[in-house]
Order: sequence, then C-alpha cells, then structure tokens
Amino acid sequence: MRVLREMLARPSALFGLVVVGVVLLLAVAAPLLAPYSPDEQMFDGLSLEGAPLPPSAQFLLGTDTLGRDLLSRLLFGARTSLLIGLVANGAAVLIGLFVGTMAGYLRGWPGNLLMRFTDLMMAFPALLLAIVLAALLRPSLWIVALVIALVNWVQVARIVFTETRSLVERDFILAERSLGAGHARILVHHILPHLMPAAIVWGTLGIATTVLLEATLSFLGIGVQPPQPSWGNIIFESQSYFQSAPWLVFIPGAVILLTALSFNLLGDALRDILDPTQRGRG
Amino acid sequence: MPLLLVRRLMQSALILLGVAAITFVLLYAMPADPARMIAGRSATAATVANIRHELGLDLPLPAQFWNYLTGLMQGNLGRSYAQKTEVATLIASRLPATLVLMAAGILIEVTLGLVLGITAAVKRGGLVDRAVMMASFVGVSAPQFVVALLLLYVFAVTLGWFPMSGYGSLAHVVLPATTLGVLGAGWYARMVRSTMIDVLAQDYVRTANAKGLSAPRILLRHALPNALLPIIAMIGIDIGQFMGGVVVVEAVYGWPGIGQLAWQAIQQVDIPIIMGVTLVSALAIVTGNLVADVTAPLIDPRIRVQ
Repeated sequence: MRVLREMLARPSALFGLVVVGVVLLLAVAAPLLAPYSPDEQMFDGLSLEGAPLPPSAQFLLGTDTLGRDLLSRLLFGARTSLLIGLVANGAAVLIGLFVGTMAGYLRGWPGNLLMRFTDLMMAFPALLLAIVLAALLRPSLWIVALVIALVNWVQVARIVFTETRSLVERDFILAERSLGAGHARILVHHILPHLMPAAIVWGTLGIATTVLLEATLSFLGIGVQPPQPSWGNIIFESQSYFQSAPWLVFIPGAVILLTALSFNLLGDALRDILDPTQRGRG
Repeated sequence: MPLLLVRRLMQSALILLGVAAITFVLLYAMPADPARMIAGRSATAATVANIRHELGLDLPLPAQFWNYLTGLMQGNLGRSYAQKTEVATLIASRLPATLVLMAAGILIEVTLGLVLGITAAVKRGGLVDRAVMMASFVGVSAPQFVVALLLLYVFAVTLGWFPMSGYGSLAHVVLPATTLGVLGAGWYARMVRSTMIDVLAQDYVRTANAKGLSAPRILLRHALPNALLPIIAMIGIDIGQFMGGVVVVEAVYGWPGIGQLAWQAIQQVDIPIIMGVTLVSALAIVTGNLVADVTAPLIDPRIRVQ
C-alpha cells in the first residue's frame, strides 16, 4: 500500500503505471477490441496501385503492405510481445536469483565457480549472442523467449550475489545458524525475503529490456515469424517501405518506445521506493 | 601493481578461453549443418561427407575444439566456409570501419551524457533537470532500429542533409554514430547526474565555493575529475553493448564493418566467421574492462593506496 501511495505521488511513475496498465488491458482484450482479424488481407485494404493505405476513418492506423489493418495487428502483436516480455524476463529473474543466491551463499569452490561463470557471461556481447542463437535455432515464440532469458539473467545474478554476500555476514543470519537452522530455512526465510525488492525492481526494468530485445530480433527477421504479429516483425515486414509508408514503421516504433519507457519509469520508481539507500537521488 | 596486472591479464585470458569454449559448443550443437550449406541443395550424400571431412567436422567435438584452439594460438581464426578466405583477413579488413563508427558513437554519447548530466545536477529538482531525466529515459527506451529509421527518414529522406547509407566521408558517419550514441547518452546522463550530485555535496566543493571560485571552475576543475571514474569504468562495459548494437546499425545503414560481416555469416551459417567476430567482441569487452581497471588508479590516487 505504501508502495502504491508513493507511486501515485510521482508523476513519472504514475505515467508508467497508467501506460503499462492500458497496454496490458489492450493486449488481453485484443480479440474484443480489434476492428478486423489481424491476418485478414482485405480487398479494400490497398490502394488501386496496390500500396498500403494511410490512417483513415475506416482503418484508424492505416493498412500494411498486404492490406491488413495495422491497428488490429498491433493489438494482437501486443499479446506476443508482452507474453515474451513477461515469460522471458520472469525466467531470467528466476535464473539470476538462483545463481546469484547460490554463488553468494555457498562457500568455497561451488560459489566461486558459479561467480566465475557469471563473469564469463558478462564478457559475452549479449545482443550478438542472442542474434546468433536466435538465427541458428528455428525461430519461434518460445525459442525467442528462451534466448532472451539465457542472455538476460546475468545482471540479476550479479546484483543478487552482492546482496546475498553481505546478508550472509550479518548477525541475524549467524544467530539463526547457531540456533540450529538448516540451509534451506536460512535461504527461504531469511535471505530470500531480503532479495525481493531487488527482484521486483529488476523484474520490472528487465521487461523493458526484453521487449526491446524481442523487437530487435524480430526486426532482423530472426524473432517471432510472420504472419503471427509481434511489434518487431510488423516493422520487419514493412521496413523497406518506410519512405512511402512511414506510419507502418513509426507507429509500431512509438508503441515499443512507449511500452519500454513505461516499464523503465515504473522500475526506476520502484527502486527509489523499495531501496532506501537510493532515496533522494531521483 | 605489476603483480596485480599479471593476475588480471591471466583472468582475462581465462575468460576469453571460456568464451571460445562456450561459443564453440553452442555453434556446433546447432541443428544447422554447415557442410550441407556449402554443398548446396542438390549435392549427394558423398559430397556432403567429403566436405565434412575436409573441414574436420567429422572429428569428435573435443578434437575439433583442440584444433581450433591450437590455430588460435598461432593467430589463425580459420577459414570462412562461404568466402574461402582467412577469417582473420576478413575481420581485419572490416574492423577499421567498425572502429570509426564506435569511436564516433562513444564520442557522441560521452559528450552528450556529460553535458546533460552536469546540467541536470546543477539545476537539480528544476524543470531542466526533469526534462533531461525524461529525455534520458526516452533515450534508453528507444529501440535502436527505430531510431535508425527515424533519423534516416528525417535527415536523409526529408531534409536530404545526409546520405541514406554507405561509407567513406564524414557525412556518412553522422547518422549511424548518432543512432549508437543516443542509447548510451541516456545512461551516461543519468550516471553523471547522480555522481555529480554526490560530489557537489562534498565539503571540499563547499570550501571552493566559500573561497569565491567561479562556478564553472568549481564544476570543471574540482568536481568533474571526481566524477570521471565511473564514466571510464562505464566506457569499458559499454564496448560490449556496442558490439551488439553495431550489428543492427550496420545492417540498417549498410555500413561495411564487422557487424555486417557477422550478420551475413549468421545467415549463411558461416561458423568460423561467427566464432571470429564473437571472440573479437569478447576481446574488446575484456580489454575495455582491463583498461578501465588499469587507468583507474592513474586518475584517482585514492585507489593506488589499496
């Protein structure tokens, strides 16, 4: 409740919250809201010369190069893009939490090994790795989500590692241990709750990164495959027409930007509110 | 110090070895078969087997990796499957274009980030500060390919100030470098702002103020040097971000660098080139971090004591 109240007091956080809420709602209600089927290639959806139509009363955001309604494709694309954002990022946060906690908690070589592995992953050019993986595997929605998760857990792991390391040294953990608590009890009841703020913050900020990464992969043609619409592949399909039909590129582009921006604003506000050491900087 | 440097160098070498191993395993575990790609669609099974043998792809994986590593030690990155040229030669011929692009991109993002970040810190809490923070959020949330297409649409198609694509003159560099720089500028502005706010709250800044020094002098001579350290560390990390961005930006602008080379290779399953570019990128990241670590004590004497 305190978190919500503090959020509402910040204009930028409020903006993020509203946009994220609206986008989620639109994605869920896409079948009810979309004026046309996203895959329907309409006879009157192209000009006499066969060019896509600009925004009009009939097609609010215009049509694409195959005569499909852009608004309908964007609405259904939101489902794909957000689903990947939530699933991939959720998986990345879980992997990051697991690896980070284990590396921070375990003494000796297992913890060291995990951390060295994380360091190793930091030296990978993340986007390049994602592009290579996505291109060589047969691309599908779930492969894209998997690739993104495999690339994005590293940062979470690093932060969780640092926090766990400092928690393990604290007196209340020592007290708990001397009372005979087992590792599982210490991890679940005493360490994990302290990691939640970081997980929530990175879970939110990470969605922005994930949505951008999905869009980038799909833009390169190695993400979600048409005809299934995603925000990235809508642009991929029409990028060569960006001079004659700019709305086909810049409307989806603006939607991606707005969504990523909102998750970033939300995550930033959450960090300020949940992490007192960061307070007063915002 | 020399001992520490040796240790860091060895760590870097180990990390590179790990990157090579993981990339190798990933690439060869892929369902795509390079031998079949080279042979073409109509090739007989015998031809494919022949090619596989010629490339050493019929050896067990550890043996293949060993061959690759021993080659690597002699500076041999292997031969491209599709272009039949040494990978090292191909990368060397493409590297200058990418380095030019990256240098220009870093110049843009650091300059923009410093100016915006310092302005925001000085005007903290005001309208300018809020505008800068919002702009930096937009910068880090903008998909690079959309920025690239938008810059093309506005400055090349509509205004005609810059060429659409290509390489060779200063005018060609501006749009791709700006595309790369916009994203980073947002991060830098935010970081410079928060560091500067901390530094400006220090006692010695108050003393400088009390002595009656001018505001620009305090900012540039007294406060800024203390804020430089995280920026240098960030440039080191940034190089990694750039290597991915370069693939996208070079694809949109037709920039003949290693990003484009990698992108073509990925589409042709030209594994030696993909390996080579990944390793060169990892080398750039590791070197960037190493240089940041080594230069830190030169810039900040406080670190030297430890």
